[in-house]
Amino acid sequence: MMAGVILVFSLVVLLQFFVSYCRSLIAASSREPLSREVQEVTGISRTAPEGDFSRVVQLLYLCPDRPEERGQLRAVGAYYKILGFVRATLARMSPALRGWTERERSQCTYYAAVVLGRRIAFSRDMLAEQMLP
Amino acid sequence: MPGTIEFLVWSICFVLEVAVVVCAIRGKVFRRFLPLNLYMAASAVGDLLRFRILFHYGYTSREYFYFYYYSDALLTVALYLALISLFVHVFKEMKAEKYVIFGASFLLSATALFSYLVIAESSERFVTKFVVELSQNLYFVGLVLTYVLWGAILKLRETRTQLVQLVLSLGVYFSLFAANYAIRNLYPQVSGLAIALLQFLGCFLPLAWAYAFWRIGESDRLAPSRLAVIPR
Repeated sequence: MMAGVILVFSLVVLLQFFVSYCRSLIAASSREPLSREVQEVTGISRTAPEGDFSRVVQLLYLCPDRPEERGQLRAVGAYYKILGFVRATLARMSPALRGWTERERSQCTYYAAVVLGRRIAFSRDMLAEQMLP
Repeated sequence: MPGTIEFLVWSICFVLEVAVVVCAIRGKVFRRFLPLNLYMAASAVGDLLRFRILFHYGYTSREYFYFYYYSDALLTVALYLALISLFVHVFKEMKAEKYVIFGASFLLSATALFSYLVIAESSERFVTKFVVELSQNLYFVGLVLTYVLWGAILKLRETRTQLVQLVLSLGVYFSLFAANYAIRNLYPQVSGLAIALLQFLGCFLPLAWAYAFWRIGESDRLAPSRLAVIPR
């Protein structure tokens, strides 16, 4: 009985912490402007289309990987999927919830574009280091 | 002996724990978050010692069994103290550090007493059962305290991004472990799988803290009300 209560409590709190943690990752990058290259490659300037997350992630796979950001990107990816599930189920009944999930998904896409910008800059630095005599 | 995947996860975890300390030194926040860094350094040393004992005595040896559970209990207490240091950070401006430390000491003693009462009946391996019980209970107490701390952050409108991320990642970590222990108690038949999962889950905290020290500047700010699941 006690273990059951602890399990339910832990899972509810886990969901809350996970959502807030993902939002803190996204919020930290939301003020980072996108470089011109990223804007050209993704077609995203200030607000990102909510459904473009997978497309930006595909572009990310084309760049050399940075292990430090892999975990965070996976967390945001999982958050994006949770939002997609909410949008397809609960949000059908509430327009306000639908609007909220769309804004959140759009911010997830923007986060992926910011990571893409960092990876491009990282690749360029690596290339510059290799070119040095 | 552990398999290749276990060895790989173990190595990744060790590297990430060292990375937390390195990133904190690089970001000039090592002293500011000293208890967190000491915990990570102790975890890295603990990992090395566990590995040495594992190779020397074997996976099923008594030495490894005792070292694993005793070091785990010590590290859980260290993590609890690291959590209390985050409370001190949040309540510093209110000059309530004294009360926080008193409350934390009281809660730690109460948890130890509760753990003792739970296993008081058993006569075999009393101390070992006590440390295992204490670890499990501290994970749950840690989870509740992190939840309280998150509530305080929202209420006090704490804006330091680094601190917010450290607290949230600790909350995710504690809830994962508390849920894992609860599953093991509820369904003992899947406890082998749950124990194997613990290794993977253990990598989350060093990864998230290394990211927070490496990527987030000390002066970065955000509005925590935007992060709450239920908008305030």
